[in-house]
Amino acid sequence: MNLLLWGVLPYLTIAVLVGGTVWRYRHDRFGWTTRSSQLHESRLLRVGGPLFHFGLLFVVGGHVAGLLVPASVTRWFGVADETYHLASLTAGGLTGAATVAGLGVLLLRRWRTPAVRAATTRDDRLMYPVLVGTLLLGMVTTLVTNGMGGGYDYRATVSPWFRGVLLLQPDPALMADVPLSYRLHVLFGMALFTLWPFSRLVHAFSAPVRYLVRPYIVYRSRDDRLAARPARRGWEDR
Amino acid sequence: MRVMAQLAMVMNLDKCIGCHTCSVTCKQTWTNRSGVEYAWFNNVETKPGQGYPRRYEDQDRWHGGWKLRRGRLELASGGRLRRVLSLFANPDLPRLDDYYEPWTYDYRNLTEAPLGDDTPVARPVSAVTGAPTDVRWGPNWEDSLGGAPEHAPADPVVEKLGRDIKFSYEQSFMFYLPRICEHCLNPSCVASCPSGAMYKRSEDGIVLVDQDRCRGWRMCVSGCPYKKVYFNHKTGKAEKCTFCYPRLEVGQPTVCAETCVGRLRYIGVLLYDADRVGEAAATEDEQRLYQAQLGVFLDPRDPGVVAAAERAGIPHDWLTAARRSPVYDLIVKHRIALPLHPEYRTMPMVWYVPPLSPVVDAVAGSGFDGEDADNLFGAIDALRIPLDYLAGLFTAGDPEPVRLALRRLAAMRSHMRSVNLGEPPDPHGPAAVGMTAETTEELYRLLAIAKYEDRYVIPTAGIGRAHELEGIATKCSLDTDGGPGMGDGGTGTGEGRTDLFVWREGERPAGMFPTVGRKS
Ligand code: SF4
Ligand code: SF4
Repeated sequence: MNLLLWGVLPYLTIAVLVGGTVWRYRHDRFGWTTRSSQLHESRLLRVGGPLFHFGLLFVVGGHVAGLLVPASVTRWFGVADETYHLASLTAGGLTGAATVAGLGVLLLRRWRTPAVRAATTRDDRLMYPVLVGTLLLGMVTTLVTNGMGGGYDYRATVSPWFRGVLLLQPDPALMADVPLSYRLHVLFGMALFTLWPFSRLVHAFSAPVRYLVRPYIVYRSRDDRLAARPARRGWEDR
Repeated sequence: MRVMAQLAMVMNLDKCIGCHTCSVTCKQTWTNRSGVEYAWFNNVETKPGQGYPRRYEDQDRWHGGWKLRRGRLELASGGRLRRVLSLFANPDLPRLDDYYEPWTYDYRNLTEAPLGDDTPVARPVSAVTGAPTDVRWGPNWEDSLGGAPEHAPADPVVEKLGRDIKFSYEQSFMFYLPRICEHCLNPSCVASCPSGAMYKRSEDGIVLVDQDRCRGWRMCVSGCPYKKVYFNHKTGKAEKCTFCYPRLEVGQPTVCAETCVGRLRYIGVLLYDADRVGEAAATEDEQRLYQAQLGVFLDPRDPGVVAAAERAGIPHDWLTAARRSPVYDLIVKHRIALPLHPEYRTMPMVWYVPPLSPVVDAVAGSGFDGEDADNLFGAIDALRIPLDYLAGLFTAGDPEPVRLALRRLAAMRSHMRSVNLGEPPDPHGPAAVGMTAETTEELYRLLAIAKYEDRYVIPTAGIGRAHELEGIATKCSLDTDGGPGMGDGGTGTGEGRTDLFVWREGERPAGMFPTVGRKS
């Protein structure tokens, strides 16, 4: 069981994430979009959108730092474990709270605005609960387990396990005694990454970084394939 | 010098009767799909009026187009970083209500309502949510000055004039302004697109959205000062006027031009120097932008230009077309066509012959002869309000180019009247406005006779590829599921459909009369 959850499942997730993204890019570029609903409602979006997205960017940054940077490195830099714990707790707590609040506003908006609600598709209905679950469990790990519960050093268990998975040397035993909240958070996260390529979340992969450096005006030569292309699927089916 | 070719349009506003045929045929061709119910690639608005979407000309609010920052061009909505940071909630995006909430009617109630004392009615329902709705605004709500006393003072051009304009029916002036995408030389929509999905075609200057690359960041919608990019709320992609490129590629005019009842649209090639566009768009004085844009256009008869054009790979038939271009004549030679809002600095390429009719109407309305050149010249100088309004629309407020264009139109009228009546030529005639009898008559042929082959001089996409092109004349390359120009997703066959646009006289299109057969 342990082996299945912490030794096999992660690789299945990665396979689906990578394979699904490649598949989507090759077969459904037309469906690859943010599917913004700002046209229908922008008052709540202007609060929730930036709160959620910027919060999430910091949360992702925090995960990168916490999971990929070994404790020995921060110690070598002279950061005491207590300091690190406090910093990750405050930063994680604050940005996590912003993200959850932002998502709360966005979901309220999706629920209450008839036009936005009508624009909600099947894959949204599946993806949003998983996203909410992942975020809330993440908050539980940070605030309850790690904060009120007196601190839990995930850098001794979860982080090495994660690095092991990436380095193709998974050690499921590391996850055996990790608190339930952490394990659930990781499982929800894996579910989220499995849904990623097939939901609106793909738009994260097309963050327009190139825009900052490209020339303003884009010229392109007429398409060589003048004849009609075969029809591709859109996302109108709910 | 880098010569580039652009397909441009000129519309002669005097002839527009506001019939909306162009809008309807355009809609039937491109936007009769869910997701773009509210989008009109071609719309006709009554001026003065707020336009569509409401008050789109108010760039203090919408931040469309370009502005100068320390002498350099920058998007009016801010620098690149600032724009990337506002991706999650675009502060300048119009709401659906700024266009209008699209609606349809609950027709089913007419047949399915239970028997009762009252006649059943078809109530309006929102095309977005399907819920019953009240129709409170539409794409041409202010048609022919409807509600003008209430709405027209909020016209941004009127506001800028800062003068008290009367909007009661008798005292006002009005004209129709048909609008499509301007296919600008310096398109701010393209510059706004974070994913690089929008582009200007290097062969003909048509500005398009690559539906496969668009990621729905909706920056182009707010970046265009004319609000001519629309967000398809079903597919999550931006869509815009395509200048009917599948038609132009085979030498046919756009649908709006082809079906225009007033026959007032002209399409032709303009050559321009791409290297000078940026500099011209950065002209300090707004009121010089019109002249600056004229300075970018190249004379297709100049041997130096022709040589440079050939070096740049512009095909021979495009150069021939450029020399016969009605658009070049109206814009450069006769100087009677003007750009719409040059102060947005996008270098728009759909130009307008300003309407003389408000002046003629005013003269005639006061009991004088509205065709007499003296009266018209006097009125063009005396009637400040229509003139200043037109200047606010076409030259960033400089009345001189508008005055010249109107005087030339007036001189043409009176000259042709004397010719037709066999009178001696009018002393105020052509010479007074810097024209000759010959050029005046040429202008008359272009504007008044307006033969089909004179209005549209459109070179095709390439003779060497004529075989491939046959395909798209009947099947559009955007004919994909959910895409613009979506057909009926492969169920329809080419033979079964009849296309009136390609129906030439004396021919019977295949499939016009379907053969009756057994139902399979
Ligand atoms: S008018 Fe057309 S080309 Fe110009 S900025 Fe707007 S959408 Fe772009
Ligand atoms: S079809 Fe022609 S005359 Fe009618 S509204 Fe359009 S531009 Fe004007």
